[in-house]
Amino acid sequence: MATEQPEQRTWRRPTAFYNHYVKWAVYVVITVFLLWSAWNMRISVARVIEGWGAAIGLIQGMVPPEFTPFKMDLLIEGLIESLAMSVIATIVGVLLSIPVAFMSAENIAPRPVYWVGRGIITVSRSFHELIIAIIAVKAVGIGALAGVIALSYKTVGFFAKLLAEEIEDIDSGQMEATEATGANRVQTMLFGVVPQVMPRIIGLTIYRWDINIRHSTIVGIVGAGGIGATLLNSFDQYDYDFFLTIIIAIIAIVMVGELISTYIRGRIQ
Amino acid sequence: MLSVTDLQKTYPSGDEALKGVSLDVTGSETVAMIGPSGAGKSTFIRCVNRLTEPTGGSVELDGLEITGLSGKELRNARRDMGMIFQEYNLIERLTVMENVLSGRLGYVSTWDAFRRKFAGDDIERAYEVLERVGLGGHENNRADELSGGQRQRVGIARAILQRPKILLVDEPTSSLDPESSRAVMDLLTEIAAEDDIPVLINIHEVDLAEEYAGRIVGLRDGQKVFEGGPDDLDETARGQIYRGEEIPEGAGPTGKVAEAGTPGESSQEEGQIRRG
Amino acid sequence: MTDYQTWERRTPRQRIGRYILMLIVLVAAAISWQLLQINYSYLGTAPEEFMDLITRMYPPNVGYTGEIVSPMIETIHIAILGTALAVLMSIPVALIGAENTTPNRFTFVLGKFIISASRSVNVIIWALVFVIIFGSGALAGTLAIAVRSIGFCSKLIAEAIEEIDPGQVEAIQATGANSVEAAIYGIAPQVKPALIGVSTYRWDINVRASTIIGFVGAGGIGVELNTSINFFAWQQVLTILLAILVIVVFSEVVSAYLRRKVR
Repeated sequence: MATEQPEQRTWRRPTAFYNHYVKWAVYVVITVFLLWSAWNMRISVARVIEGWGAAIGLIQGMVPPEFTPFKMDLLIEGLIESLAMSVIATIVGVLLSIPVAFMSAENIAPRPVYWVGRGIITVSRSFHELIIAIIAVKAVGIGALAGVIALSYKTVGFFAKLLAEEIEDIDSGQMEATEATGANRVQTMLFGVVPQVMPRIIGLTIYRWDINIRHSTIVGIVGAGGIGATLLNSFDQYDYDFFLTIIIAIIAIVMVGELISTYIRGRIQ
Repeated sequence: MLSVTDLQKTYPSGDEALKGVSLDVTGSETVAMIGPSGAGKSTFIRCVNRLTEPTGGSVELDGLEITGLSGKELRNARRDMGMIFQEYNLIERLTVMENVLSGRLGYVSTWDAFRRKFAGDDIERAYEVLERVGLGGHENNRADELSGGQRQRVGIARAILQRPKILLVDEPTSSLDPESSRAVMDLLTEIAAEDDIPVLINIHEVDLAEEYAGRIVGLRDGQKVFEGGPDDLDETARGQIYRGEEIPEGAGPTGKVAEAGTPGESSQEEGQIRRG
Repeated sequence: MTDYQTWERRTPRQRIGRYILMLIVLVAAAISWQLLQINYSYLGTAPEEFMDLITRMYPPNVGYTGEIVSPMIETIHIAILGTALAVLMSIPVALIGAENTTPNRFTFVLGKFIISASRSVNVIIWALVFVIIFGSGALAGTLAIAVRSIGFCSKLIAEAIEEIDPGQVEAIQATGANSVEAAIYGIAPQVKPALIGVSTYRWDINVRASTIIGFVGAGGIGVELNTSINFFAWQQVLTILLAILVIVVFSEVVSAYLRRKVR
């Protein structure tokens, strides 16, 4: 006699997408897009093989790195300029960011001012520093001034956004209490807002300085001062061992900067 | 079913967590292990399925020597040991069903595991087990949406789904309130009885141990200082387990000296072994 | 006469500390300013020069839009493919770069080394190198973006891996699962929010980077931008800048959506 087996229940993992068909559709679209992108790259086995040979040649050219005195002078000159640029740009950028941040905080700024502030931040954050650098070079000429302008500009976008978020997160009670004593707008800011955000300002400044050091090493590629110009020159002149030296120096500076930055930020917490 | 002989665990720091503990769990009994904090109860249970590696002694499950197994053999052996954890250890971001089904991971290929493809029988059984632990209808909830008591029940369901030969339970009620604790203990013992599975449970609430266990083992400082039924667990015994009171010369496993007419010699030996 | 009690916000020691700090900053600023030898006349004319430039840019050259569609699409290809490749490759690197999942000391050091090396070299330098190796074009650009992103993503993912609850992994091991299954069920779900967050964060950065690697010949809109600037075709430049703005804002909207989708 045949025994009847009751229908077995099944289970399917629920999906974050609206339903399973949407999920598969999204996966297919993504895969197709990736394949299309890859096809556009025009990768071929021949290219990879050629590339391998070129890579070997490049490495042979770079190793060993060059340390002649003349080149070292060039190197140090460029690094110092980059460092100086990063210091000035950070200071200028942070100073400019503070008003922009106050303009961009929802809980403090009136609506039209808020939109202007956020607009400045968005425009600053949308463009890579090299774009700003290249335009600055055309405006004020080759050299560190263009670099400082470019880095300050990016600093404003970065700093003002984070500072504005910090201001929006503050305990409004402290602000209200200050206002209730009869303080004017500026005094309210000083006593009700600034103390709450000050620790963050210092930490963020150090953080941004670290980032600016990295960026200051490459804006020279478009003529905006610093070691970047030296770097590009050595590369274009096939002076690959000096190229490697500069890269190593940049890496060293970046790592030292990161160590110092982490240490200081750890101390102020 | 489970036969642990002279289990030792010494950590690299020199800390001797287990100094040679032997224990047998047979049939479908429920054995509760009690003792003060740091006695080595958790270490003992974790050594059974080798989540913690013992440094000496042997563990045998159903005749199979666990302590010597490697890689795949150990994984296969672990399938037969269902473990329930103090902190539930559910995969918080996954659904209840996935958590329960993960009990069968030892039986599916890696690729099927990735695709969440389990045998139809297992899925059907998962539904049944969920209903049995009182969580029917919750299979698509995320584990972190459940209360503590509910999460522990999912943990029980996961262990049961393995069709284990023994349940290893590590302080299942420490993170629960008294009412949920009782509910979980009820459920645990009921299921174990229904499926005829022995249970080794590590617990520090002595009253729960007395109520639910058939046999109680007392651990102190890495050594077994008591073994007997709930009735044998009187004040003397508790003192020996929890306050380190002296175990008299010639005492048996329950910590008391044998009375006239009862086999004294073997008790004396045991006493010496335990104190030595 | 009683002496009034005074209150000072900061102790003398704190005040000295703050003054010293401020002094250091001012000195550093002064030295840096000197070193830069910025010509003050240039500094003075800078605002005028910029205003001049901006007036030359406006209005944007609308007809030029047709010419930049293709390079803009290439820019997006580079950003997406580069990020996708990087995320894929950063998962194994993160696994060996995390203390709790790395098989042995050697793999751990290797993982940390790969992460450091990739992070320390700017994407445009990678682009220079890959242009030499693979010739100019989008391939060099994609690889440069991918290689730079691996370090960034792996570092953050490794940190997320190191913070997981080991109990969940143990529970899976206790059922008899093998290590891959333990990773899939025990590690992956815990790390997933971080993974999505890191990927979208890096994607945002990569969209911007893709716009400039063309400056060294690695494909994307950077080529047209560089040309337009060098020919002083400022209205074309504004067109390109506006197009970049649109793409960047759109990509941020998408990544914010993705981050919301994964709790």
